[in-house]
Amino acid sequence: MVGITGYGVHIPWNRLDRRLIFGALGWFNAANAAYTRGEKAVASYDEDSLTMAVTAGLNCLGERERGKTAGLFLATTTPPYKERSVAAIAATALNLPAGVRSVDFNGSLKAGTGALLAGCEAVAENGGEVLVCAADCRLGKAGSAQEYLFGDCAVAFSVGKEDVAATFEGFYSTTHDFVDHRRLEGDLFDRTWEERWIREEGYAKLIPEVIAGLLQKYDLQIGDFAKLIFPCPFDRVQVAVAGKLGATRDQVSPALMAEVGDTGTAQPLLMLAAALEDAAPGDRLLVAGFGNGCDALIFRVTEEIKKIKGLSGFKAGLARKRQLASYEKYAGFRHLLDLETGIRGEQVAFTSFPVLWRERKSVLALCGVQCRRCGTPQFPYQRVCVNPRCGAVDEMDEYCFAGKKGSIFTYTADHLAFSPEPPAVYGIVDFAGGGRYWFDFTDFNLAGLQVGMPVALNFRRKYADLARGVYGYFWKAVPVLEQGVDLNG
Amino acid sequence: MADGIKDKVAILGMGCTRFGELWDKGAEDLIVEAFQEALADAGVEKKDIQAAWLGTCFEEVNVGKSGIPLANTLKMPFIPVTRVENFCATGTEAFRGACYAVAAGAYDLVLALGVEKLKDTGYGGLPDFGSVMGTKNRFLFPNMTAPGAFATMATRYFSRYGVAPEEGKAALARISVKSHHSGSLNPKAHLKKEITVEEALKSPVVAWPLGLYDCCGVSDGAACAIITRPDIARKLRPDPVLVKAVQISVSSMEELSFNEWDGTHIETTYRAGLKAYEEAGIKNPRKEISLMEVHDCFSITELVTYEDLQISPRGKATEDVESGFFDLSGPIPCQSDGGLKCFGHPIGASGLRMIYEVYKQLQGKAGPRQIRNPGMGITHNLGGVPYFSVAAVTILGN
Repeated sequence: MVGITGYGVHIPWNRLDRRLIFGALGWFNAANAAYTRGEKAVASYDEDSLTMAVTAGLNCLGERERGKTAGLFLATTTPPYKERSVAAIAATALNLPAGVRSVDFNGSLKAGTGALLAGCEAVAENGGEVLVCAADCRLGKAGSAQEYLFGDCAVAFSVGKEDVAATFEGFYSTTHDFVDHRRLEGDLFDRTWEERWIREEGYAKLIPEVIAGLLQKYDLQIGDFAKLIFPCPFDRVQVAVAGKLGATRDQVSPALMAEVGDTGTAQPLLMLAAALEDAAPGDRLLVAGFGNGCDALIFRVTEEIKKIKGLSGFKAGLARKRQLASYEKYAGFRHLLDLETGIRGEQVAFTSFPVLWRERKSVLALCGVQCRRCGTPQFPYQRVCVNPRCGAVDEMDEYCFAGKKGSIFTYTADHLAFSPEPPAVYGIVDFAGGGRYWFDFTDFNLAGLQVGMPVALNFRRKYADLARGVYGYFWKAVPVLEQGVDLNG
Repeated sequence: MADGIKDKVAILGMGCTRFGELWDKGAEDLIVEAFQEALADAGVEKKDIQAAWLGTCFEEVNVGKSGIPLANTLKMPFIPVTRVENFCATGTEAFRGACYAVAAGAYDLVLALGVEKLKDTGYGGLPDFGSVMGTKNRFLFPNMTAPGAFATMATRYFSRYGVAPEEGKAALARISVKSHHSGSLNPKAHLKKEITVEEALKSPVVAWPLGLYDCCGVSDGAACAIITRPDIARKLRPDPVLVKAVQISVSSMEELSFNEWDGTHIETTYRAGLKAYEEAGIKNPRKEISLMEVHDCFSITELVTYEDLQISPRGKATEDVESGFFDLSGPIPCQSDGGLKCFGHPIGASGLRMIYEVYKQLQGKAGPRQIRNPGMGITHNLGGVPYFSVAAVTILGN
């Protein structure tokens, strides 16, 4: 029996009220008034598809033993690197074993369901566990409908044979060169065709086609499914598709357009994660992905769902948010505005890849060591124990700080340091169980920060060196929810 | 235990340029000016200098690496010149090398010179730290600045001692007001204007809770000392200043990685102070020290240094600040020349500039800032950040 054994979601903290976009650019395209309902999730200036995928992956894996993970399949149409495997960076950041098989899935929005399907097949064939991540952070051109519709998000599923919470029961796929949207090499923005054609010839025909194929393949009826999960940025079309399939409205999972937006490869997986939060054992779920054809997968929920429900971070991620104060702030984060950084902001020290290779466990996975003699956890990697009363040399075991709880020892808000969102806030974090280090902070409410406040560590983009073609990544401290309350609120 | 260098080394002459935003002067000009003043003060000639130590920190906007810039600028051919760097404690590090060479008997007459040209970067504050902390740390260190790093100590100090931020900021402002008063009396100081507590509190925040007036000047400048044996010095002038102690303490970074450091003091300052008092034979610093020049890169640094050098009890320095204990007219004047706050902070020069002020005070040549009958003076020069630092302490006397 193969299926989903765990799941994690990362919804970025920032939301952009779509009315703010219209306020800034409605003069340019008044028809966009049709898209002003709700808000979209927006990656922060230090997030991209890779960092979001890692955060979702960490939410999924938690502090689970990484040894069982045999594969990492990462789907995105917005990889920060075109060449340098994003899946490989994510596998290192998640501290997966060197023997893991990593694959990058891209090229189409159905890469998310494609990766999930490939994960299920790989586990069925080879056993072990595969972590499937899907993340997207797509840009709509200023003033376009896509700018309103697109949202940013990442989802991760672990697929395995033990403790399966949703059994994989089959799939059906179609492939069509249906060019609803496209991006050429070097393009920053999606180009699309007339929306009416996309709705009527695309979603309204190709989704029913794949679902019909699936039902026929397994001799199932639409009523056999508790939930039909398929992405569609247009609510009316979703209802029409359901009608065409003979499904009730209740069967159709909400596309979360008013809360998160159209998150590309992550969208069907986000909707699946949301459905699992409310699923009961025995429920049969149909998940479809749409993009140059479709995938449709069947999952059957088991008793195990009760053990992992609520751990994904989906509901907490939906709840913990801040509203961006202006469209311009969003535009600054996404480099739609070319902001004056000053000479200090232009300075970026060069990146040495041999150094990064040697230090990859510290930099990408936040691994330090624990002294076997005195038990002191320490970061970064040390050969000589930092405890002044110990003195052990080369008696260290790897110790990963990424999933550990931390608390703020001290901090500052620095207006002199360059930051894409000044002031730069950083400070020292004490880890539960020992260990201390200094970090940049992110996703905080400055007025709410306090010494002693609990934080979690998030993988983020630390710097961009565009002159040399490098994005640098490290971990930042983020205030956390405790008992559902955002202490930093 | 080793004897230390108490009374084995004397300062024969010193020089110090005006500090400031010296747009029309390069580091080489500053080296020449400081050196010519020191030669005249010492009454010796260039050819008498047998070895030299050059202190510079940010070579990228300065004279460059190696000892060559000093030998080249002063045309001092073929003598040993050692370039030293130990963050902001660089100036005292150059002084220490020169003192040890004389104390060891290797040379009779040597030069220690510190210089920094900071105002060629195009922005305020110190140059980018990403380039100076090693190729590994740029991956691992936050995007920080010096005021931010020291501000975290103020956050912690206020939190630990239950000081309300407004109350704490007022005490810090009082420290800066005092230094501005001294700076206004010093023709060589970068900042020569008096300020009020109210102005300091209203100044824009640089790194919370530190405001503009909690931060020292970022300046260009040079300072130097000509060092010799006491017996030689006494033949050449009646009032040489004797070195009673030079100590440096360097952090193992346990403050940042081990959970014991309390975040409200600087361990290296405390350790260097302990050793310096021992070397100088000082038992009760609060009673025996006449004046202090401490590394007030930020007001909070000066506050915790009062405690780390055992002048004020832990957590009580604000009481001494309020009572005027460290004012120019107080029991232990601190920053009689304006300190880093107002004299300015050209990194490589600062440690020697502090020694220059104590030297002038001990000789009774400090003009309107002169302290009555000083006995022993202490300098404290600090590099790095509160959680990994280099502290250098010297004690000077007659």
